[in-house]
Amino acid sequence: MDQDHIRNFSIIAHIDHGKSTLADRILELTETVTGREMRAQVLDSMELERERGITIKAQAVRVLWKGHQLNLIDTPGHVDFTYEVSRSLQACEGALLVVDAAQGVEAQTVANAYLAIENDLEIVPVANKIDLPQASPDAAASEIADLVGEDAGRVLRISAKTGDGVAEVLDAIVERIPPPAGDTDAPARALVFDSSYDQYRGVVAFVRVVDGSFGGREPLRAMAQGTRFEAEEVGFFSPTMRASERLNAGEVGYVVTGLKDVSRLRVGDTLTSERRPAAEPLPGYKDVKPTVFAGLFPTDSDDYPDLRDALEKLKLNDAALFYEPETSQALGFGFRCGFLGLLHMEIVRERLEREFDLDLLVTAPNVAYSVLTKAGEEVEVHNPAEMPREIERVEEPYIRASIIVPKDYVGPVMELNTERRGRFDHMEYLSEERVHLEYELPLAEIVLDYYDQLKSRTRGYASFDYDVIGFREGDLTRVDVLIAGEPVDALSLIVHRDGAYARGRALVDRLREEIPRQFFDVPVQAAIGSRVIARETIKAKRKDVLAKCYGGDITRKRKLLEKQKAGKRRMKQVGAVEVPQEAFLAVLNLDGGKK
Amino acid sequence: MSGSVRHLYVHLPFCASRCSYCDFVTVVGRQGQHRAYVDALIAELDLERSVLAPRLESVFLGGGTPTFTEPAELGRLLRALPPAEEVTVEANPETVTPELAALLRAEGVSRVSLGAQSFQPRLLDVLDRRAGPDDVRRAVYRLRDAKFDNISLDLVYGIPGQGAADLDADLSAALALEPEHLSCYELEAKPGTQFTHAHGAELTRQSEAMESYFERVVERLTGAGYRWYETANFCKRPGLAEGRDLRSRHNLGYWRSRDYLGLGIGAVSTIHGRRWRTTPRLGEYLRALAEGRRPEREVEVLPEPVRRSERVLLGLRLDEPLKVAGLGEAIDSDALQRLERLGLVVRGEDGLSLTERGRFLGGGVTAELLA
Repeated sequence: MDQDHIRNFSIIAHIDHGKSTLADRILELTETVTGREMRAQVLDSMELERERGITIKAQAVRVLWKGHQLNLIDTPGHVDFTYEVSRSLQACEGALLVVDAAQGVEAQTVANAYLAIENDLEIVPVANKIDLPQASPDAAASEIADLVGEDAGRVLRISAKTGDGVAEVLDAIVERIPPPAGDTDAPARALVFDSSYDQYRGVVAFVRVVDGSFGGREPLRAMAQGTRFEAEEVGFFSPTMRASERLNAGEVGYVVTGLKDVSRLRVGDTLTSERRPAAEPLPGYKDVKPTVFAGLFPTDSDDYPDLRDALEKLKLNDAALFYEPETSQALGFGFRCGFLGLLHMEIVRERLEREFDLDLLVTAPNVAYSVLTKAGEEVEVHNPAEMPREIERVEEPYIRASIIVPKDYVGPVMELNTERRGRFDHMEYLSEERVHLEYELPLAEIVLDYYDQLKSRTRGYASFDYDVIGFREGDLTRVDVLIAGEPVDALSLIVHRDGAYARGRALVDRLREEIPRQFFDVPVQAAIGSRVIARETIKAKRKDVLAKCYGGDITRKRKLLEKQKAGKRRMKQVGAVEVPQEAFLAVLNLDGGKK
Repeated sequence: MSGSVRHLYVHLPFCASRCSYCDFVTVVGRQGQHRAYVDALIAELDLERSVLAPRLESVFLGGGTPTFTEPAELGRLLRALPPAEEVTVEANPETVTPELAALLRAEGVSRVSLGAQSFQPRLLDVLDRRAGPDDVRRAVYRLRDAKFDNISLDLVYGIPGQGAADLDADLSAALALEPEHLSCYELEAKPGTQFTHAHGAELTRQSEAMESYFERVVERLTGAGYRWYETANFCKRPGLAEGRDLRSRHNLGYWRSRDYLGLGIGAVSTIHGRRWRTTPRLGEYLRALAEGRRPEREVEVLPEPVRRSERVLLGLRLDEPLKVAGLGEAIDSDALQRLERLGLVVRGEDGLSLTERGRFLGGGVTAELLA
């Protein structure tokens, strides 16, 4: 189809604001799926996505409307996938900005709307759920209009649930969103905006053809990574895979690559033909690096090989997932895994537990640090235990946090951000009632319980989104824990110097409670270098006897001692101190840490 | 034909009432059955007699409250039992009448173990004990009048509500009676007892406050000239007792892993690597022996490694060195080195001993030491 009759768009919406429902209605109204095929929320295919109401993988569906080919590119719906969202948006000329007319604009909507504006997308604002009794379409329309600089009268008012106004949405897509303007005669270039792994066909790339065209059986190259392969098939989704002769400039579809590993074809890369390669790749490719790290350990050490296999399989489908073997003094064999963010971490954990039936221990997450050692060496540190002791400079990832709250909660939010080393950026009123705040914060300050705190201090009203903006130097220090003078690597922390005392104290107190008394006094210390910042002593036991032992008691007493002995065997030895696994868990476990 | 077992235990389960903290096999009242029970004991003795050595070292009548048994029946039983160098009877203070004391003496009892527990009425109430402090004293005097020169008192510490001063007062009161022997037990909240139900949480709460009580008990009694010869047992040093060794010979038998025969319901025997417990059900016991057969028993075979472990765990309760010859496999040598470094265990020419601190931690130390 010629480019004039093509429209490529995505839907931007906050979780639960109706993106998937609207997508379903569009598929129905354009007769892309019949009623019989219709399954609620066709686009969210993974079980987990359906349950959590979020979309992990972008997909693209082609529909026909009044002689036009409309490609709906579904964007991932969460903060951790900002880069993927930005690539999806880059594949479009326009976006539907969907806002729940009962809820109004949320932080995520703002973040993604800005992303769309930065990508020069034509925004079609939509107030959804106007059928709800509590909806206030006028208020929502004016918030949206303010956000995108449109006239409130241009905001479409619909109910995706009832189908009311959905045809007008399709008309608006055709009328307002510009057609693609690629060069059909130029060397072929296509943007990879997502990929998935099929166990029979290998990596399937989702692409937007910008210039030229692609056909099956053609040698191709990913320009940024240099990966070469032959396209086994090209086609599009409608909504299932349909092979086609060619994908032409302006069109959206898929390329079956036969590659065996998603990491060889990263989102944001540019495909070109080997026969007539383009000179320049499309702009904007970024090698996304994980920013949040945590140790994953099988609860039962016998499950280690299963965990390794499971991670290998997940990695096929999740290029952003990073993992390397980790051996912890306290927890045994496991993996240090890197994630794009907290939700990504949660998703991986849930998939491992659910799809692979693994029982996991996840350590409290930390961020990646960029360290310059005194010896002048640059190292990236993913694990506090690996933090060099002789440090010249440490940089930590920072985020720009976007928070929307009712105006009464601005105080508590500012207070929280100040506690978390936040730097105020700006504040604006979205309406008389709702305020949009922007802060810059160290990512480390949000990985533990920031979101919970934000929710509890705003009675659940705050919405939050963030974007990693880079690394900055921080006054960070490594806090070590020593049990009876022995440093315990697994318990080391990297914290801001101002918070070091409190964190060290909390850790030491916790350990004192968790480590049973021994035959001798056990000092538990938190230290920065050789300076002890917190200390507690686990007093030696003074008595440990079985009171009576006569003829009728011997068997029972023997069994008691055998049990005690077995208990000791299960303990981890730190120097001469026996530390139960539970003590480490209480300190290291993500869940335990929240308690 | 005769055997080699030199220690005999006889269980007399009858009690006037059940103490809340007790988890022994006891039967309340049932005076009507005392006779039948003694008949059964004598019948059981006849069935098992062949394992006993011609001369017994010790006989021990425990309970229950042996002295609650009808005096005539108790006398008949004592006469039927084989003679021994030491014959001990457990007694509750309130049961010790001048007549009972005379009866025990006349029937060859050489040692009486009195369940005093405490001298504070308030604490005795917590334990549901019937005897008051004066009953204990009176019992001791009556036994002395009947010429008993080997009396043991049982004390319990760590009773809910017992302060350090209460403990000191109990120890003073007990020492004032100059018993030849003292057994001091920390109160255990045994699972399933009424006591644990009522006081278990309280015991856990005060456990730290009472941590020093054991040390205090040892300090007071050794200071008064008693030998701390077993974890929970003390006896007058020979210097204070005309050179006599006042350790309980019967219980020494257990701690030295000697074989023993137990008669009566719930009684345990250990002979030649087998341990069994006779049925705790009175009806079954009486019926079986009336029919001339052995009552049901629960048997446990003790393989050689288990026997070695038991020799270690029992032997280390004593203040005499444990001879380690033949026990090597039962001992974790790394643990032994660790414990020596911590000053809890010493290896000497005569064998293995716990240091004083090691003895206070004897349970944990033994658990660690066992291979």
